[in-house]
Amino acid sequence: MKLKEVSKEELYRCSYGCAGCASVLALRLTLKVLGENSVFVVPAGCISTVSAYYPQAPFFVPMTVMAFAATAAALSGISAGFKRRGREDIHVVGFAGDGGTADIGIQALSGAIDCGYKFIYICYDNEAYMNTGIQRSGLTPYGATTTTTPGRCFENRPKKDMLRIVADHGIPYAATACISYPLDFMRKVEKASKINGPTYIQVLVPCPTGWGFAPDRAIELGRMAVESGMWNLLEFENGEFHTTYTPRHKRPVAEYFEAQTRFRQLSPEQVEAIQREIDSRGAPGSS
Amino acid sequence: MRESIPGPVSKAGTVPTKMGSWSTIKPVLEGKCNFCLLCWIFCPEGAISQDEADRKVLFDHDYCKGCGICAKECPTKAIQMAEPEAGRAG
Repeated sequence: MKLKEVSKEELYRCSYGCAGCASVLALRLTLKVLGENSVFVVPAGCISTVSAYYPQAPFFVPMTVMAFAATAAALSGISAGFKRRGREDIHVVGFAGDGGTADIGIQALSGAIDCGYKFIYICYDNEAYMNTGIQRSGLTPYGATTTTTPGRCFENRPKKDMLRIVADHGIPYAATACISYPLDFMRKVEKASKINGPTYIQVLVPCPTGWGFAPDRAIELGRMAVESGMWNLLEFENGEFHTTYTPRHKRPVAEYFEAQTRFRQLSPEQVEAIQREIDSRGAPGSS
Repeated sequence: MRESIPGPVSKAGTVPTKMGSWSTIKPVLEGKCNFCLLCWIFCPEGAISQDEADRKVLFDHDYCKGCGICAKECPTKAIQMAEPEAGRAG
């Protein structure tokens, strides 16, 4: 896929998202790949908040706002309905935040993957409950401050490895992506759309409001996360993990931390410990 | 038919509000655009369109929230964030 071949049609526009919101960008790019022939289920979260200001409907495709815990259950149901009607060409897409995926929606997601209906579940991971005021979630990384883990009481639990959790269900296809690598992300969405079964994509979307950086740096921050090893671009297919992109130049994690305010309370020793932990990591998928 | 459904339902693609007023600074093309389309793909709002005849990008200031990602990511630094000239739609 090349940039010039990407669809020029805009199927998501004029949302109430913050300036520089990468979640909105992830949704725009997803719709560029899937096109008009798709149905969206969105639970409570940033995307439903910014897209459901009646009568504003920035989705140019059918979309429903679902109860927080029920995204994946709704996906199974809609997908089963389309299967019954012989409309399996329609993409059934869930677009949930990190809290709606890793904390509140994880049971429904687990059940839906187990049921095996065809759907694409996209988790836009901005690493906290952003629209309600930046509370910690299961995907907040170690060391970050949020409004529920402020200052020196920073988040002291590691980020849940959702990719491995869904992979252990025996899912046909799962991947992690980052919005700063749009072609990689779009290729993964395209791949997921062609698989006849449940698929999961987790895309890292830097949040200017929650992470504490200027809106124009959203793409740069995503790139820094990948180059510093805080985020990896992986794919899980046929029972195996593989890396889809290895950064040519590694960046020290300190540089990534300095670019945002949520890590500023970490001492140099703590940053060094995180750096050592990243350096000691093995191949993707190994524990 | 969709309009007859009571309750909080609106037709997909109803966008009565424009967000152009969110920011006073807007992207303006000042240098040479090499039509790499990086700004176009990275614009969260889809407010950039392609002018294939002139091989340059166009900015829709009605939908631009002025985040500045396009100016930051432009490899030739051809995009500047500036207050649009008076008389031009902002």
